[in-house]
Amino acid sequence: MGKNLIELKNLTKSYNGVTAVDSINMTIREKEFVTLLGPSGCGKTTTLRMIGGFEDPDDGEILFEGRLLNNDPPYKRNINTVFQRYALFPHLNVFENVAFGLRIKKKSNEEIRLKVEKMLKMVDLEGFDKRNVDSLSGGQQQRVAIARALVNEPKLLLLDEPLGALDLKLRKEMQLELLDMQRSVGITFIYVTHDQEEALTMSDTIVVMNKGIIQQIGTPQDIYNEPVNRFVADFIGESNIIEANMIEDFRVHFDGSDFDCIDKGFRPDEPVDVVIRPEDIYLHSNPADGKIQGTVVSVVFKGVHYEMLIDDGNREYMVHNTTMFPVGSSVGMNVMPADIQVMKRKEEEPCEEE
Amino acid sequence: MKKAAKRIYMGLVFLFLYAPIILLIVYSFNSSKSRGQWGGFTLKWYAELLQDRQIKEALYFTIIIAVLATIISTIFGTLAAIGIHNMKRFPRSLSLNINNLPVLNPDIVTGVALMTLFISVNIQLGFVSMLIAHIVFCTPYVILAVLPKLRQLNRHIAEAAMDLGAKPSYALRKVIIPQITPGIISGALIAFTLSIDDFVISFFTAGTQVTNLSILIYSMAKRGVKPSINALSTIMFLTVLVLLLLINKKSDKGEELLL
Amino acid sequence: MRRRMKLLAYPYSAWMMIFIIFPLLLVLLYSLTSGDIHDFSSLQFSLQSYKRVAEPIFLKVIGNSFALAIISTIFCFIIGYPVAMIIARANPRHRGKLLMFIIVPMWMNFLLRTYAWMAILSPNGVLNRFLNVIGLQPLEIMPGEIAVLLGMVYNFLPFMILPIYTVLVKIDRNLLEAAGDLGANKVMTFFRVEFPLSIPGVVSGITMVFMPAVSTFVISGLLGGGKTPLIGDLIEQQFMSDRNWHFGSSLSIILMIMILISMAVMSRMDRNDEKERKPV
Repeated sequence: MGKNLIELKNLTKSYNGVTAVDSINMTIREKEFVTLLGPSGCGKTTTLRMIGGFEDPDDGEILFEGRLLNNDPPYKRNINTVFQRYALFPHLNVFENVAFGLRIKKKSNEEIRLKVEKMLKMVDLEGFDKRNVDSLSGGQQQRVAIARALVNEPKLLLLDEPLGALDLKLRKEMQLELLDMQRSVGITFIYVTHDQEEALTMSDTIVVMNKGIIQQIGTPQDIYNEPVNRFVADFIGESNIIEANMIEDFRVHFDGSDFDCIDKGFRPDEPVDVVIRPEDIYLHSNPADGKIQGTVVSVVFKGVHYEMLIDDGNREYMVHNTTMFPVGSSVGMNVMPADIQVMKRKEEEPCEEE
Repeated sequence: MKKAAKRIYMGLVFLFLYAPIILLIVYSFNSSKSRGQWGGFTLKWYAELLQDRQIKEALYFTIIIAVLATIISTIFGTLAAIGIHNMKRFPRSLSLNINNLPVLNPDIVTGVALMTLFISVNIQLGFVSMLIAHIVFCTPYVILAVLPKLRQLNRHIAEAAMDLGAKPSYALRKVIIPQITPGIISGALIAFTLSIDDFVISFFTAGTQVTNLSILIYSMAKRGVKPSINALSTIMFLTVLVLLLLINKKSDKGEELLL
Repeated sequence: MRRRMKLLAYPYSAWMMIFIIFPLLLVLLYSLTSGDIHDFSSLQFSLQSYKRVAEPIFLKVIGNSFALAIISTIFCFIIGYPVAMIIARANPRHRGKLLMFIIVPMWMNFLLRTYAWMAILSPNGVLNRFLNVIGLQPLEIMPGEIAVLLGMVYNFLPFMILPIYTVLVKIDRNLLEAAGDLGANKVMTFFRVEFPLSIPGVVSGITMVFMPAVSTFVISGLLGGGKTPLIGDLIEQQFMSDRNWHFGSSLSIILMIMILISMAVMSRMDRNDEKERKPV
């Protein structure tokens, strides 16, 4: 991945005294696909709108290729946006929607025609140029919105929940198409979503936000496997979050047993949270084979696997397994050291940037 | 700077809109009878207003016509709207087009056409002809206000009522009418406002026996207006203002109601 | 059910025939005949009153009516559009109030408001007294065309502001942001996005101002003092004082036709705008 494209430094924004974005720091490189992920009201859209120039930050800096961008209005930024509900111009047809930015730049008709046609071809909308945008399906409108932004050859494309209005199947298709497009045009995408699966599928880097604060920045694998706190663990996928004590480096205690783990650097006996993903718990039909013993209290068939709740007397563990253990049966549970993710206890503590 | 320019512009527009009204209010307290001269504060025009038979009579006719026209055209228009809504395509659009004529035609054409009708068939111009004229031009607005509500209505709702054993008349009263009440109310409000403010159509259909406020003011304006008219307009204006402020305060829907 | 509900419209259908269609047919009849209006048997087909409309003095009256109506519509548009835009962009909490203050004057009797302008503009009215105090020459605008224009703009301005406001306030803010995002500055955004989207409001505003303006006889009668008679004055005269119903009727028919034509043109403009976007 290339050099730094955009840097956010201590970016802050509040509305009527409520802090929406609280002093966030982030660096985004060229050609990177970055996703801002979090629940609604976490500040992700506000962050995006500040980068796009639609909101003025209260404090902090936005640097674009090293140059301060704060005071540029949107139309002076080499950044384009795909809006949440597309914001296509209803009085213009598909061609003119895509051509809008080029017309503003007073390009020649010939150049506009060539570029727009090329773009429509890329988003698979050849022959739609004379169509009224209201007559298009959601997915087609989505493509027009993307073409309208990309035709300006921005260095950075901002996408604000662009797939939110589509149904599940179309969304999955569009996710892959968007990824393809990003790869082929080679520009940086900043993508806002509240859908963790979408974030995991598409991103090079995920930025998890909550309450205006960045919780964790990392690759999808990092975020999934090594969430830094309870919020991230809980937000990204299903997980068992267990209160535990760190006995010493590489040893953690919970539910009456000591477990080996691969984390270090905590104080002795420091209270911590442990995350174990449901698919990382191995079940044994002979309870004695497991480090923890429990009883199956519910079984739900999920297609690929069974989702079981297992009570060990302290808590209910959620376990995914392809073999079904009937309700009421006693089982033993084991976890590999690498699958035990130890996190600092303090909730929603901001992480430092790597 | 830009904000200031906006404020100044809006200020000028409001000044333009309100200057004549403020002037009337000021005049209503002016003891000098001549326009444009301030002769000191007085309430005598208000006292005179209470004594003035001509004005009181005009006010009476204005209000009684407005109330009757509103009630009749609201009932008439609501029933007609339900009927038109249930018509087949062609008769429906034909009815709507005819219904739109009084709305789209200039008032003066509607006025002279009705006057022509009344005189040709020997109906004496007066209270009845004026009331009929007001119903003629108010009802279309009621229909136009009620129809959209009928379109929003679930098509099966009346059928459901009858499925549960309601007779059509019962379904109409207990199911359809309550659902379209907002449309009926706004239709009635429009009808009342139009009727109370009407001059042109009344002018052609009232004849010489009956005079409403608008006609009275028109005839006075050419000769010279009694200052007690200023007093009356002040009272009317303040009533409207207070009513609107109350509505606006009570609900943020003030905007919707007004439109 | 539908069949029974339909019956509710029949009384009104009859009413419309008697009080909407029939009167207009009568006017049409009188416009095409000559003779005693009280004796139907004396009526004879005649185009005489239409020929009279074509006389230069009456053509001039019609021309004047249209000219004044067009000019006042233009003024209403120039003054009203920015007002509609400012209100539409105002804080939603204040919008209702601002709008109310635009509407309130309309609740005042139309004749009273026009009469108030007489008091302001008349030769020794408030305006001239004020000009006198500050040492300027008095203006002689009333009675006259300028006073009529002013009266028209004053009375019909809210009819321009409201429909434009209604359209502007519904425009998705995202569209304006999108235009900015694509490189359009505020001015370009206005001309390329906001204004084109507001055209339906402008069209209905123009119709709502032009129609009453072209057919008025009150404003011209009170503020114009008969100096520049308009088509409305002429019609009123024929029916109320001259008792020439034939001529009055043909004037009414001509007024109706011209208004219908201008409305058809306006709605064509509106629809054309839409058609461009519709798929073929």
